[in-house]
Amino acid sequence: MTSIAVTHTRLVTQARRDASADRKFRTLVVLAAFIVLVSLIGVAFSMLWGGREVLSEQGLGFFFSTEWNPVENRYGALVPIFGTLVTSVIALMIAVPVSFGIAVYLTEVAPVWLRTPVGSAIELLAGIPSIIYGMWGLFVLVPMMTAYVTPWLNDHLGALPFIGELFQGPPIGIGLLTAGFVLSIMVIPFISSVMREVFLTVPVRLKESAYALGATRWEVVWNIVLPYTRSAVIGGVFLGLGRALGETMAVAYVVGNTVRFSASLLEPGTTIAALIANDFAEATDSYRSALLLLGFVLFVVTFFILAIARLMLLRLSRREGVR
Amino acid sequence: MTVSTRLTAATFGLAAALAGTSAFAAEVTGAGSSFVYPLMSKWSADYNAATGNKINYQSIGSSGGIAQIKASTVDFGASDKPMEPAELTEAGLIQFPVTIGGVVPVINVEGIEPGRLKLTGTLLADIFLGKVTRWNDAAITGINEGVSLPDTKITIVHRSDGSGSTFNFTDYLSKVSPAWKTEVGSGTSVKWPDGLGGKGNEGVAAYVKQVKNSIGYVELSYALQSKMSFTRLQNAAGTFVTPSAETFAAAAASADWASTSDFSLIITNAPGQEAWPISATVFAMMRAEPKDAERAKAAREFFAWGYADGKQQAAALDYVPLPDSLVEQIKAYWAARVK
Repeated sequence: MTSIAVTHTRLVTQARRDASADRKFRTLVVLAAFIVLVSLIGVAFSMLWGGREVLSEQGLGFFFSTEWNPVENRYGALVPIFGTLVTSVIALMIAVPVSFGIAVYLTEVAPVWLRTPVGSAIELLAGIPSIIYGMWGLFVLVPMMTAYVTPWLNDHLGALPFIGELFQGPPIGIGLLTAGFVLSIMVIPFISSVMREVFLTVPVRLKESAYALGATRWEVVWNIVLPYTRSAVIGGVFLGLGRALGETMAVAYVVGNTVRFSASLLEPGTTIAALIANDFAEATDSYRSALLLLGFVLFVVTFFILAIARLMLLRLSRREGVR
Repeated sequence: MTVSTRLTAATFGLAAALAGTSAFAAEVTGAGSSFVYPLMSKWSADYNAATGNKINYQSIGSSGGIAQIKASTVDFGASDKPMEPAELTEAGLIQFPVTIGGVVPVINVEGIEPGRLKLTGTLLADIFLGKVTRWNDAAITGINEGVSLPDTKITIVHRSDGSGSTFNFTDYLSKVSPAWKTEVGSGTSVKWPDGLGGKGNEGVAAYVKQVKNSIGYVELSYALQSKMSFTRLQNAAGTFVTPSAETFAAAAASADWASTSDFSLIITNAPGQEAWPISATVFAMMRAEPKDAERAKAAREFFAWGYADGKQQAAALDYVPLPDSLVEQIKAYWAARVK
């Protein structure tokens, strides 16, 4: 009897101790999660707070003005926002198809012994510091743009109606298009490695069934693999987009760093991140305030784009549910 | 000093540094202008070897330097742009020149060697305003007889980051061109009417070298080190001068320092016969009533050493040592102003 009672009390204390350890653990992990949230809100708020001076002087006009005049303390965010979006869109227009090709090749086409080395080589690209991409862009890509790409674009696309204006410009090789090219190479490893991972998750049964029905390789990829992995692929694309939006040093090297609006992709421009990196060291008072507010703008732009990605995924999964 | 004692001293120094205490030797700290950083690091290394005193200079940018000395977190700040006497008094600071350098226009036009092309101040302003757009414009060929200039568009390259070079360059253009003054003005960053921006002297140098038929502006040492083609400029006296230590020194010598207060003078467009028109002075700012008088004194001793014994190092790095008359004025200023 006594031994049972002793065991019982021991079990009770044990359970109590476990419960308190559980609670402590719970507090710890909740704290860990909240640190991220709090610092996120803190960063956003402190940038907005830093930008209050310009915000109160210029109001919402800051977000819609194309002027950037440090001498007279008038600042507008539209040109850097435009540059950020344009370079990122160019990057995605190149990187998404190429990454898709890489992923299909590595999962469906390439001989098995080649898959691992090529896959690792592409992932190594992701590890190269961005300043290296910037220097490569300036010293290798820019001369090529000047000598071949820009004149070709001027001659062949520059005369087209509507989009012609995008491709008319001086052959200096430094500008939004070059920045977009460099960015595309930088985001390819991110997008392609996500695509490759998720393509591998497609059940072999499904693919084999399609092949058995006489589907070609392309039909299998387009009709079986891609629909099966659609949401993860979109996630990968937005991961790349997020990186392209915030990339700083590589862009600063080749974008031309000019806060001036131009319809041509061959003209120099700037992005939010490049402008902040360039000017922050010597900026004082209201100039610093404008740059901090610009940082907040980048924060909001990135947030909105990720939110749109979420929405798209949500609608996709809902539609799949209906079907 | 024998090798072993020197070693012991070094070990002690290291230990002190590791322990994070500066109890032994007063380590003077300074921060600011990146333009003067190469000279500061050379001077402080040589000064340390000569006297054992340490100077720690951080290249954080001119406006950063001013902010730091205002907040008293450093013993001296350094800036490429002088502060106004009223601003100095309000902040309780004193100001004096450290060294002199200069900004030079550089071009990349095939077949034109350094110092061949001549430009006037107004012409330089018109090029950077985007009013003179081609190399064979009559305004350029008119003063450059015998130089064959191509019929190509001029690509303008400027600094994209805020900088003292931009301040001195745009200050000069504002002085010689009314159009520049009203349309752009002067500052460490301005609203450029045209062209592309490179980050830092090296960024501008890289762009000018990459882009054919371009023009930009860098500090002389960058132009010389990267073997770029700089231009001659017409100065206020009407002479076309070549950028060099001599013409920078001529600008400093012709400037009227004695009648300024707190040496608050920008020496662009200086009147001397041989003066380079875009010469620039680097200034140091210190507190008039320092919290730590010992360290402030050590900092002044460092500058006095630099003026007297650091001339060769300055010349080797393409800075211009201050003329002796100016150094005398600075020492008198210290004696009068420091409490």
